[in-house]
Amino acid sequence: MEPVNRMKTEFTSLPANVAFARVAAASFASQLDFTINDLEEIKVAVSEAVTNAIVHGYEGRADRTVALTVAISKDTLEIVVEDAGKGIEDLERAMQPAYSTDPERMGLGFAFMQSFSDQLKVDTGPGAGTRVTMTKVCTRKINASPGH
Amino acid sequence: MELQLEKKDRAILARISGEIDLAVADHLRSALERGLDDHAGVRNIVVNLSGVKYIDSSGLGVLLGRYKRVSRDGGSIFIVGASPPVRKIIEMSGLLRIMRECPSEEDALNQAG
Repeated sequence: MEPVNRMKTEFTSLPANVAFARVAAASFASQLDFTINDLEEIKVAVSEAVTNAIVHGYEGRADRTVALTVAISKDTLEIVVEDAGKGIEDLERAMQPAYSTDPERMGLGFAFMQSFSDQLKVDTGPGAGTRVTMTKVCTRKINASPGH
Repeated sequence: MELQLEKKDRAILARISGEIDLAVADHLRSALERGLDDHAGVRNIVVNLSGVKYIDSSGLGVLLGRYKRVSRDGGSIFIVGASPPVRKIIEMSGLLRIMRECPSEEDALNQAG
């Protein structure tokens, strides 16, 4: 994807920053003509990715860094959430709905990310961190263009 | 997030407002657990979500955990007032298949109390 507009932010792996990340991503995404419903779905997808980074990638440690990149190219939104945490050993298993290592969690993070994006890609490995890339196409026309 | 807890007969009424995500999940979990611990006869929880603007799987996990606890004693969780976006997330999670959704707080308390 050739980005025409891009933002990147890094933040500490604190639970309070989950809300920051979803609001920042949805605000940026609103430059495309997404519906309110689409923006709500984007918020959930970003929250789930950032929550996974904090809870699983960093195992709750609050002194690490999560990176959020959002790019708009024509009618396509690309969201990347990256951590440098422990990575996912068995990705296929982790992506199964209702799979969770924690009885207090529903194991629906990846299911929501999948449902609320057109494409979901996860690059991960033991000790290699996790990079989640979600793309979503806006079927309505673009509001903003480069240079404006 | 704001939470009001009240005991009503054999139920706890939890009125929640704001956003329910990872940042508040522990607080919500502890408060609901405390409510159940403090009232031994309580079997049901009525969760009024009419003030909730956002929920994700962290919040759903809290509800599921409490459901597991009350359902062991034959109780349940009654969901009231979820806005369309919040309801959609709860429905997608499958929780509406095991919890009970009621049209009003009064109706939920009549069933749960």
